[in-house]
Amino acid sequence: MTTENILEQIALNVIQGRVEAEDEGFDEGFEDQPAVIELVTEALAQGLMPGDILIKGLTASMEEVGKKFETGEYLIPDMLAAAEAVGAGMDILTPHLLKAGVESKGKFIIATVAGDLHDIGKNIVAIMLKGAGYEVIDLGVGVSTDKIINAVKKEKAPFLGMSALLTTTMRNMEEVVTQLQEQGLRNDVKIAIGGAPTSQEFSDKIGADTHCIDAFALLDWLKAG
Amino acid sequence: MNTFRDGNIVKPYERLNQDQLAELHRTSMAILEDPGIWCYNLRAAELFEANGAEVVLEESPSDTFWRVRIPETLITKAIASAPSKIILGARDLQNRLDINAEIPRVYFGSGSESNIWLETELEEYICAADQNKKRMLPRHTEKRGSAALLCRAAHLCEQLEHLDFFIRPVNIQDDDIDASNHDVNKFFASLNNITKHVQAGLTSIDALDDVIRMAEIIAGGPEALRENPVLSFIACIFKSPLQLVDDTADKVFAIVEKQMPLVISSSPQGGSSAPIQEAGIVAQINAEILTGIALTQLIRPGAPVLYGSVPVRARLDDLHDLYGCPEFNQYNVDCVQLARFYKLPSYSSSGVGNSKVPGMQATFDKLFSHLYMAASGAQYIHYAFGLLDRTNTFSPLQAVLDNEQVGLAKHCMRPVKIDAAASQEVLAIVRKVMATSHKLFTRHTRKPVRAGDVSQPYRFESKDMEDRVIEKALAHMGELESRPPKHLDADIIEKIYQEIPGVLPRLKNT
Repeated sequence: MTTENILEQIALNVIQGRVEAEDEGFDEGFEDQPAVIELVTEALAQGLMPGDILIKGLTASMEEVGKKFETGEYLIPDMLAAAEAVGAGMDILTPHLLKAGVESKGKFIIATVAGDLHDIGKNIVAIMLKGAGYEVIDLGVGVSTDKIINAVKKEKAPFLGMSALLTTTMRNMEEVVTQLQEQGLRNDVKIAIGGAPTSQEFSDKIGADTHCIDAFALLDWLKAG
Repeated sequence: MNTFRDGNIVKPYERLNQDQLAELHRTSMAILEDPGIWCYNLRAAELFEANGAEVVLEESPSDTFWRVRIPETLITKAIASAPSKIILGARDLQNRLDINAEIPRVYFGSGSESNIWLETELEEYICAADQNKKRMLPRHTEKRGSAALLCRAAHLCEQLEHLDFFIRPVNIQDDDIDASNHDVNKFFASLNNITKHVQAGLTSIDALDDVIRMAEIIAGGPEALRENPVLSFIACIFKSPLQLVDDTADKVFAIVEKQMPLVISSSPQGGSSAPIQEAGIVAQINAEILTGIALTQLIRPGAPVLYGSVPVRARLDDLHDLYGCPEFNQYNVDCVQLARFYKLPSYSSSGVGNSKVPGMQATFDKLFSHLYMAASGAQYIHYAFGLLDRTNTFSPLQAVLDNEQVGLAKHCMRPVKIDAAASQEVLAIVRKVMATSHKLFTRHTRKPVRAGDVSQPYRFESKDMEDRVIEKALAHMGELESRPPKHLDADIIEKIYQEIPGVLPRLKNT
């Protein structure tokens, strides 16, 4: 396969949402064909620049996926499949990107706050962030305030996302923001919150930067800077 | 060519156990023995008598009829010759209906012959207390049914993907329509705008030959029409209770002799023309329908007929029909079960309501029976699109709304996809997902979504705090109505106009 060819195939397989060869695509006839994992591995073996693979193979095609979602051609499962494919490609590329001095869009710490086990929304956001080129540090569920603060300090992450699905647990978001302020870290990190009981009003009240109704709203907010 | 509309093969909901079915049959037979039926048609009375019924002329100053006491053997022998399988044809062969009494493949269609057409538009209303508050609300206008509106109904129903057959829903009342040309115009208006099966009652027996000739021209000749009957008829031969109507019986004779498919229907009203008790109305309507079907088989054994049950109950404050009520569902499901018991194709009903306008009440009324009757396994469910104010009004907007409901009801009734292969597939998915950090099954919905196995959200849903169902349905209706009509080929239309008298010139391109 030529250089152009392999990058095209990577892009196509992102659009088809195929992580590995056994995956079906959006269209018929893709099963058992090389997918993103196989193709990114092959591209590196052929000596392609990691940055080219990232930009021309992975991230450019996610823009096209985004357009298809906006027109309604793609639903969330298709978006997630594409984002997962990019994420899988990024997992292989990351060490090569670091070596080549290519940085990600930034570290994004994400967690469901203490006392709360709900994580479907958080997991969807994590997949989409990874697909958009962020380095995602997922702390999991029921994460204590201390653990979140320590992660922000350790990772020097510019972004923090918190999720809660209960009115009783969303109060812990306020505690995290307060702690960050008290420890002089608040200005180093942008904070987004989400989850059914949360709102922009609540975000304003606790001093977070924004409330996002879903992963797409978060990505739009990040893009807007 | 073996193509038909898909229909839904369901696992029927059955309300009656075998003992109850047998009990209803016994009661129906007992009714036919005593009191028997009041037969106002001489030919029918003679035919019953020739086949073992006891027939006595009863005369009074106010009434003359033949009292016919029908033995069970006459009924069971006659209905044994009625076919369990009927093909109802269509202009487009892919729209044919495969009706089999032993297969609960459900089709939905329109119905009634309503006098009123309800047009709906949105108008802006401004709050009297605050001029800045504005709302778009529906405004409805009633129109008398006309041939042009019937054309419009047929065109719209052609576009409704969940409508499987077309029973003319509008009574054409133009000034230049009378009994002599009613039939040829209603059938032409329908057939010239829809490629699905068309069905209607016959207004005048004198029009039968012309209607059949029209159908032959469209189908491609007499033999082609036998193979692909693009139209069929409905005859409500009984005036409940138990009175066999003279002129309708004549029509039954004529239609059966012409070998056209026919629905033998009856529509008693529990509480006025039938008992309100389930045991009574179902036994009575069964007696009436079986008698009508037996008549068709005595006329011509093997005549294709459907068991046409339309039982309703009366509301007790004005004795009008009451829909959106449990009794409607109960009576109708029982009748479907009886049809299955006799191995006769079942013509049933759903989706009729009491509401006069589209809205919350209409939605309740209709969904109450759409889902229930979908589960019954009746092969041919009419009335299901567009009716309001019982069966007095046809609303194209309501037809669009009903289409969405019927589609979702059909999806509900799809066969279960659980077997070893499906289990293996999902087991592999569960294991794969549990090996991930995110534990999301979302990407694995793509295959069933592409296969059409996953339903779509309600087409007219709102994402905000306003109910926008009517607004969205009107927009969708506009899009459907803007599609090009599926008129007959020009040479067929010419031939119809040459050979069939009475077809209005203005309908050629309507």
